[in-house]
Amino acid sequence: MIDSPRTAVSNPPTQPLASNLGPGDVVRRSATADLPPPGRQLTEVAKLIDVSKCIGCKACQSACIEWNDTHPGVGENVGIYENPHDLTENMFTLMRFTEWVNPETDSLEWLIRKDGCMHCADPGCLKACPAPGAIVQYSNGIVDFIHENCIGCGYCVKGCPFNIPRISKADHRSYKCTLCSDRVAVGQGPACAKACPTQAIVFGTKEDMKKHAAGRIADLKSRGYANAGLYDPPGVGGTHVMYVLHHADKPHIYANLPDDPKISPLVQSWKGVTKYVGIAAMGFMAVGSMIHGVFARANRVSHEDEAHAEQLVENPAKAPPPPPEERV
Amino acid sequence: MAEPNKPRYAQPGDKVLPGKPVTVNRYGPGARLNHWITASSLILLALSGLALFTPALFFLTGLFGGGQNTRALHPWFGVVLFISFFVFFFQLWKANLPERVDWVWLRKLRDVVGGHEENLPELGKYNAGQKIVFWAMAGLILVLIGSGVVIWEQYFSAYFTIPQMRVAVLVHSIAAVLIICVFIMHVYAAIWTRGTLRAMTRGTVTGGWAWRHHRKWLRELAGQRKAGPAE
Repeated sequence: MIDSPRTAVSNPPTQPLASNLGPGDVVRRSATADLPPPGRQLTEVAKLIDVSKCIGCKACQSACIEWNDTHPGVGENVGIYENPHDLTENMFTLMRFTEWVNPETDSLEWLIRKDGCMHCADPGCLKACPAPGAIVQYSNGIVDFIHENCIGCGYCVKGCPFNIPRISKADHRSYKCTLCSDRVAVGQGPACAKACPTQAIVFGTKEDMKKHAAGRIADLKSRGYANAGLYDPPGVGGTHVMYVLHHADKPHIYANLPDDPKISPLVQSWKGVTKYVGIAAMGFMAVGSMIHGVFARANRVSHEDEAHAEQLVENPAKAPPPPPEERV
Repeated sequence: MAEPNKPRYAQPGDKVLPGKPVTVNRYGPGARLNHWITASSLILLALSGLALFTPALFFLTGLFGGGQNTRALHPWFGVVLFISFFVFFFQLWKANLPERVDWVWLRKLRDVVGGHEENLPELGKYNAGQKIVFWAMAGLILVLIGSGVVIWEQYFSAYFTIPQMRVAVLVHSIAAVLIICVFIMHVYAAIWTRGTLRAMTRGTVTGGWAWRHHRKWLRELAGQRKAGPAE
């Protein structure tokens, strides 16, 4: 059996399969410093979303809801194409629609981007997470939330450069796209890719997906999209969900896709220098106090002090007077 | 100088009781109860906050019944601290206003740490160190409650943007480190300066303690006793 599936279109075998993705394949685990190295390196997988082939049918959303058994509530039409209006704990992927007028051609372009977790090689959510094992990264590149370890603090929301995780108000746990890790574990591609009627979403090894993207980009360039390109942002170490964009020089026109995503320096310093300097400062205070307490003489009230106080209360004339500059 | 009938250092309830040794009432039962509410909530906040600050201390969530409970309880401890501290604040702020003598005291910090009270100026109810702790606590608690609301996921996540939350979480962690340092200083000073803790348990100190550390306050209370109405 091959370690990672090569496609999302094949049908599953009829006989039961053991999971081929488990705790032994974890390469990063949130709030865990010394993780044993994995016994094997899985072939890296990736989902490639070709924005130019997307027709906005939302079959990917339906497939996602069905496979993950989520239950988004019935929405309300407020005159936008997005349904639901945003990612939620019950909607891990969302078609975002932008009506964009190309200034060069003066023609309207309807940009449709399937939003969802990008499965960063350097995941900001995992860096921010305080709960051991609530977020893991497998050697095939999938970043997954282990809900039983999640404490619902929302730090992943602050860590994510793409605004993806959503905290459930019902169970106070964080949810996002799993890249169908449970399907990948048994040799299947993600449900969205399987359902996509135009093959705008394809799935395979990261290398294969880059090659496939190169062919698509060459095709788009031949059709006049001179800036067509692959979105695999290096600021987060590359991603395991990539886009083919016809205007790769300006990702932000696709419903605010970040031009150069990276983990915020605020998050980096919170999880880096603040933590180390903070622990050192608190430790210095605590240890310093203890050393002073052991070695320095305690500040004790003397019998003389008590006698002076008694004199002051009984007969102020006998007590030592205030120093001259303080005398009233 | 101060009007004879208006106390400059003494606060309502402060009183000298003659005897051997002299006893001085420093904190009433309400202030002491409130102090321990503030202290307990600050300790609970430090424990639950440190658990989420560094993975090495995540085990502290066990004290609160797991990570989910720690996450849910921490902000409520903060609300308790905020309310109880600011009740305290409005009782004590006047006695903690800086005076010229505070600078003299601070310049002689070597004598303070060495316990050489004889080289230090006579002081009112609070010394400069106590005043610094008071104002640092007040400022840091304001910063912590403000930034804490921004990152209180359960109730306030809809009202703030993610960039605002990132600033808040960094500010909150730095302020928390500082307040824990101030807390350690406060506790240690109270232990090292023998005879202080009873001010927050029994509410009284001995006359000798007041003579040694807060002599102007003691002189004023002794003077009030002489000039005060007949009992």
